Amino acid sequence: MSSAQIEIQLIASLVAIACAIPGTFLVLRKMALISDAISHSILPGIVIGFFITHDLSSPLLIILAALSGVVTVILVEFIQKTGLVKEDTAIGLVFPALFSIGVILIAQNANDVHLDVDAVLLGELAFAPFDRLIINDFDLGPKSLWIIGVILSLTITLLIAFFKELKVSTFDAGLASALGFSPAVVHYGLMTVSSITTVGAFDAVGAVLVVALMIAPAATAYLLTNDLKKMLGLSVFFGVCCAIIGYWVAHALDASIAGSMTTVLGVLFLLVYLFAPNRGLFSVLYRQRQQRIEVSLLTFLLHLNNHSEESERHVNHLNEHINWQKVKSKSVLNLALNNNMIVIDNDIVSLTAKGKKFTNEAIDYIITNKNSEIENMKDRFFLFRG
Amino acid sequence: MNTIKMEKPAPKTNSTSSQDRAIAVRIDDLTVAYNYKPVLWDIDLAIPEGVLMAIVGPNGAGKSTLIKSILDIIKPIAGSVQIYNKPYKKQRSLVAYVPQKGSVDWDFPTTALDVVMMGTYGSLGWIKRPGQKQKKAALEALEKVGMLSFKDRQISQLSGGQQQRIFLARALVQNASIYFMDEPFQGVDATTEKAIINILKELRKAGKTVIVVHHDLQTVPEYFDWVTFLNVKKIATGPVKDIFNDDNLTKTYGINYKVSIQG
Repeated sequence: MSSAQIEIQLIASLVAIACAIPGTFLVLRKMALISDAISHSILPGIVIGFFITHDLSSPLLIILAALSGVVTVILVEFIQKTGLVKEDTAIGLVFPALFSIGVILIAQNANDVHLDVDAVLLGELAFAPFDRLIINDFDLGPKSLWIIGVILSLTITLLIAFFKELKVSTFDAGLASALGFSPAVVHYGLMTVSSITTVGAFDAVGAVLVVALMIAPAATAYLLTNDLKKMLGLSVFFGVCCAIIGYWVAHALDASIAGSMTTVLGVLFLLVYLFAPNRGLFSVLYRQRQQRIEVSLLTFLLHLNNHSEESERHVNHLNEHINWQKVKSKSVLNLALNNNMIVIDNDIVSLTAKGKKFTNEAIDYIITNKNSEIENMKDRFFLFRG
Repeated sequence: MNTIKMEKPAPKTNSTSSQDRAIAVRIDDLTVAYNYKPVLWDIDLAIPEGVLMAIVGPNGAGKSTLIKSILDIIKPIAGSVQIYNKPYKKQRSLVAYVPQKGSVDWDFPTTALDVVMMGTYGSLGWIKRPGQKQKKAALEALEKVGMLSFKDRQISQLSGGQQQRIFLARALVQNASIYFMDEPFQGVDATTEKAIINILKELRKAGKTVIVVHHDLQTVPEYFDWVTFLNVKKIATGPVKDIFNDDNLTKTYGINYKVSIQG
């Protein structure tokens, strides 16, 4: 690995971490769309900053661009507060307006400056190692590494200091307000950090793909854990993994680094969405199928419990009486047999002691709806899990 | 910021007359509007210390809005609110709040214990983090509402009644003098309702003031000793035995209302 390759991966990883942290809270606050808006509407800020400084990594440019991100949020909220349109409409109105101002500004002045829409939208990580921070002839490394490093330190410091405030205002803004933690302060703090991070990251991955780095790792982590700290940790982990894997995919395919990173993020989300242990699609489908079978089983056992007459309990009369297909009644019959809940004698089905006990417990649960009695059954049967 | 010590007024001996009690919450000329449409109109209300009070009224009467504007969550367009003769901002430590269960996202990645711990954040102030002392208080509150064995359960895996108990525990941990609750009985079963009302009655016995937005008119005489009828304007407020009658109910709900009142 050349030193340029190491530097690129290092920058990509820091960008991923810096994005994953605010991204986690944006996802939990159901504000994923606002990151999309911010990432587009920082464009006029970047362009104006670039005209003033002629340097894409100047702090003034970053501040101006972050400011236009915060302005986006304020405008969205202002339009939303009029009550005439909903939030998603307000977002859809604000960011194309600001973005288009940026596009026109670039187009009008593109002849004499080195800034084009492609670079802003997609970034160019491969060039990052060439723009170096040199002080007194001493090479301190790529400029963008320093920029994102400073932004990341700021983000981590704020996260540690205000973790409690972020958590309570995200979960319950009303309580946060009543306790004296102004949700508005926390909200705009988070928006400012998101804007600054977007500006710092756009250089590397571009203004569009930075959204993927904010939202995809957090959305993936959300499917896997029930703990906010773990969710933050997983988001960071997924972000870094995808950044590095994405780099090598781009290397192998000779494709865009940002494009490859985002593709890897998408693939990872898809895999987790399908295979996550509890919330994954397959796990949910399996659980629903189990529940369906168990409901059938219970219906069947209740029927046996309620009817002592033999004609009602004949195997052949089963589908007729409970109105089931042959296949289904057979699978339910087998399930009950395998669990030693019934015995079949001369094609007459009867409940065993265990089957009786289970049926009574289940009836009790359904009637009383008391959780205490059902706690131990929850482990054995999907039916009684929430 | 944390050095301001509140003098918690000593609870007076139980007396039903409002004259010789301290006023826990005083509301003067309160008007609240959403988009310039008043939802609360010129409310005057004095809630004496140590009562267990129901706020009743039809949907859209402004019951939740009243609580939220007392707690400074909604800014009124006119009027003032005083908690023991001082603005709410100076008396935060005296007040605990149980929002409507539906106001939060129960899929939030956190545990029952952690939600209860949030009740201690107010006493900590900004930046400081909860420690062992706060955890102990939270565990005690969980035990009080009978939810200790669920402390590590993810909150989405709790039933509606259990979630409501968690919210109650979060208010208890604040160890406040005044408790505001927004429909704590919504969507809970009879057992949980009994458990909650018993805790509320205990709070009143300890001299606390409890204010509850309530929907079930049948249970008002059984659960509460004080009641406020609200429908955009204040209709009546006072002891249940004096003012909980068909006349006030009709005035509040606008239809001929008949409720049999015991005792």
